Amino acid sequence: MYETIGIWVAAMFTLAIYSFLYKENPLYRLGEHLAVGISTGYFIVLTYTQVLKPRLIDPVFQESQWILLFPAVLGLLYVTRFFPKIAWLSRYPMAFIMGTSMGVGFPLSMKASVLRQLEATILPLYQPGMPWQDLAGNIVLVFGTLAALIYFFFSKPHKGLFFGTGSKIGVWVIMIGFGATFGFTVMGRISLLIGRVQFLLKDWLGVIH
Amino acid sequence: MKRTVPLMIVLVGGVLMMIQYFIPHRISQSVFDSYTTWIPIIGAFALILGVGSLTRLHGHKVRHRAPNWPYSLAVILSIYLMPVFALLLPVSVGGGMNSPSVFDFAFMHILVPIQSTMFSLLAFYIASAAFRAFRAKSLLATVLLLTAVVVMIGQVPIGELLGSWFPKLGLWIIDFPNNAAKRAIGLGVGFGILATQLKIIFGVERNWLGGVGD
Repeated sequence: MYETIGIWVAAMFTLAIYSFLYKENPLYRLGEHLAVGISTGYFIVLTYTQVLKPRLIDPVFQESQWILLFPAVLGLLYVTRFFPKIAWLSRYPMAFIMGTSMGVGFPLSMKASVLRQLEATILPLYQPGMPWQDLAGNIVLVFGTLAALIYFFFSKPHKGLFFGTGSKIGVWVIMIGFGATFGFTVMGRISLLIGRVQFLLKDWLGVIH
Repeated sequence: MKRTVPLMIVLVGGVLMMIQYFIPHRISQSVFDSYTTWIPIIGAFALILGVGSLTRLHGHKVRHRAPNWPYSLAVILSIYLMPVFALLLPVSVGGGMNSPSVFDFAFMHILVPIQSTMFSLLAFYIASAAFRAFRAKSLLATVLLLTAVVVMIGQVPIGELLGSWFPKLGLWIIDFPNNAAKRAIGLGVGFGILATQLKIIFGVERNWLGGVGD
């Protein structure tokens, strides 16, 4: 019974959202607003059960870890944002989070976004036994990355053999990258569409098996 | 107090946390452990700010019977009924988080279908965008078009029918030229992130302070 009602409700909301393809209407708006409300409510529950209870409430009241009241008070200062006269106090928790997160993030970003990327690009073009597709691929990968980087380097005019030709090849590489990403995204959305249509025809109407 | 102290907190916190990464010592590790415990707690309270703002906005609409206020009522009710049912009410009246419960029902049978349908809705819009973007008006637009077509057809059974090489070509494009472009963009983004982080730590970038008092 629970599942049957659930399938019907889900089907109604699926159709309500698809009705937007015709034009905006009250059913679509209801679905849209419910999505905002339910997801916020869901995050409240998730934050309480996954963060506040196990990391703050239980340790403070069961293990007397009073030091955790410090981040709690700091966190509560966010609420001062609602009172214009003392709203500046909300900068304190923000400053704590910004400062420490930027500090922790700096070496990690350096490692993940720069060094690892460079490491993966500086590779041997050819190794014995390597198929020709991989050889061609490695050449494209190494020189393509370099060319695309040249395209993004605006401190020098894109003229001459290195910067001029490099940036022209770079645009080609970037266009191929955008094309592949676009194709990939389209396929992702289409598979979601197939999933919803399957839900309607199989789970709800039982037309296909 | 209003600007200098927060900027000092950012500077000291940022430099301290940056240094601790390079010092493999017990004290350094305990500083990092405190960070990982404290940050989610402080961050959790930011939810009060978000929920409060949302409630204020939609509450105002409901109180003043603004146009479309019933939708605002639906937002407020769903925000507060979810935690009430999940955390306060007993299982006998549909409380709790496990199936069957109101919380589970709202998540599995309302939120999940709405969200996945909204994402799938983009298939229609992306198709019309593709029609506009993919007109081969120049050589580079043709490259974009051909790459997207090869990648798309390479992922469906019809690609295999065209030849076993077709899906392999699609994969090759994803693995090599696509990766080259992504890597160059990623490196640019990476350097941008690093620069922004340093600018925030050293107080060059202060937009995060907002406009709440001087």
